[in-house]
Amino acid sequence: MADKATREAYGDALAELGEQYDMVVLDADLSKSTKTDTFKKKFPERFINCGIAEGNMMSIAAGIAATGKLVFASSFAMFAAGRAFEQVRNSIGYTRLPVKIGATHAGLSVGEDGATHQCNEDIATMRVIPNMTVVVPADYISTKALVKAAAKFDGPVYLRMGRLAVPNLYKEDASFEIGKAVELFPGSDATIIAAGLMLHEAVQARELLAADGISVRIIDMHTIKPIDKEIIVKAARETGAIVTAEEHSVIGGLGSAVSEVVCEHMPCPVIKVGVEDRFGKSGEARSVLKLFGLSAENIAEKVKAAIDLKK
Amino acid sequence: MDSNRKKALALYAAKLRLLALEGIYSAKSGHPGGSLSAAEILTYLYQEEMDIDPANPQKPDRDRFVLSKGHVCPGLYAALALRGFFPVDAMKTLRKPDSILQGHPDMRSTPGVDMSSGSLGQGISAACGMALSAKLSGKESRVYALMGDGELQEGQCWEAFMFAAHYKLDNLCAVIDFNGLQIDGDITKVLSPLPIDEKLRSFNWNVILADAHDFDSLETAFANARAHKGSPSAIVAKSVKGKGVSFMENEAGWHGNAPKQEQYEQAVAELTAVVKALEV
Repeated sequence: MADKATREAYGDALAELGEQYDMVVLDADLSKSTKTDTFKKKFPERFINCGIAEGNMMSIAAGIAATGKLVFASSFAMFAAGRAFEQVRNSIGYTRLPVKIGATHAGLSVGEDGATHQCNEDIATMRVIPNMTVVVPADYISTKALVKAAAKFDGPVYLRMGRLAVPNLYKEDASFEIGKAVELFPGSDATIIAAGLMLHEAVQARELLAADGISVRIIDMHTIKPIDKEIIVKAARETGAIVTAEEHSVIGGLGSAVSEVVCEHMPCPVIKVGVEDRFGKSGEARSVLKLFGLSAENIAEKVKAAIDLKK
Repeated sequence: MDSNRKKALALYAAKLRLLALEGIYSAKSGHPGGSLSAAEILTYLYQEEMDIDPANPQKPDRDRFVLSKGHVCPGLYAALALRGFFPVDAMKTLRKPDSILQGHPDMRSTPGVDMSSGSLGQGISAACGMALSAKLSGKESRVYALMGDGELQEGQCWEAFMFAAHYKLDNLCAVIDFNGLQIDGDITKVLSPLPIDEKLRSFNWNVILADAHDFDSLETAFANARAHKGSPSAIVAKSVKGKGVSFMENEAGWHGNAPKQEQYEQAVAELTAVVKALEV
């Protein structure tokens, strides 16, 4: 299968779900980018453009869900989880209504649009909301499966997707469960826990480290909340060193969530690879990622540092 | 309106005021001013206008109500209790951790509450979602939202107004409790939302002016809204904040303060006199 962006999987999954569910898809003037236009073409009467008003869209989504329909509300991560934070908290989190938030263009890989659109804070703002589930899939196949799982899931879900086309890490028939992480590759010297785009870098880092004789386990933490504690504790116990990798601030995201578990249940060194405490920059996506250290090389370096720490 | 019916509704409104104040007094906190200004509006909605069933609060095709100005929930809770959604005794538990009556409406706690609200501006948007959903399903159910005049300072209200007109949600009726006061004082001095009617007309809404304390006026207004097709309706209902309790009327200080014992006793005495006169 050709490389495809996770947002493509979102649009394709919605178009399939529309056959099955009494559902409505909302967007805020970004349907071509978020790929909800795939649903719109098939079910125009159930696609509602809310215009450029994301807060309003989230509360409207809650109102629709309160009448018993399944709702997907879509925008860029910056506006879904940033601008509309309080609407998501009060209209969707507090009410536990089955609104699924499809947030695309998350992280630095927005690229040229720069800092105002590069949302590196959404995992933090969404996971702190009670009742909210946070899903960050890495490739087309897992995204499509997890969007469908979100449709079935009882309660609100935040789905974080990216702009860039990425290779597939999974076979077509792979199955996914919200809240259950996947051990993608085995390893014994250290574990890389990654999500989204950074899972691909993690896999490359594993290859770099293998050349140095270091055996690294890779975990796809596609659900950040509720986080799979068991797989983290097992990794901490069996490999003794963890590196997290995410296209998100090192404050409050996957690295923090993993650290919370490790600190309480099985202390071991945890080094976080992510966006340090600063805003992004404009530029071609891949080069911006590299500039900010979101690369296989940096992850590999941090794995070595984590292994040194456990000695 | 038939004079007996009008008298019966006035009695409900007086009892609603007593119950709302009982809750606020028991909680030692809450929002009396707006609960009292909305007493007739809430009474009319729950006793006359809406297709609802206290025995089956989740009836799928019911009319729905969203208290967009969520802080006046003592008034809403009293209206629900008087309609039979739960015992009136519950009012004494207002704002307590285990109570079904939280400090702002919680759809997961209170029978009859269709949407959680309290953060201003969000309720009207949720009401738009409910109205849109009914339209998409070809259902006849109507949606009502009660808003504050100060609430109109929230930009989200205007996003929602734009949305409702664009999607021709003629099954949506917003009622604006136009009492002219907000926490910091006169709405025109804090940040004027006026003229409310002209603004809404320019947003392509059907705008109806009403007297919030006159059941004939409310009956005409709600009938107009129901009959109007092709666009949403807004009833701009001129009201008196704190209506029905002499020392609370037109006083911004009673927006969000509970009465002390002596004040409560005076309020109860005034409202009880109204109840007795109507029960004769």
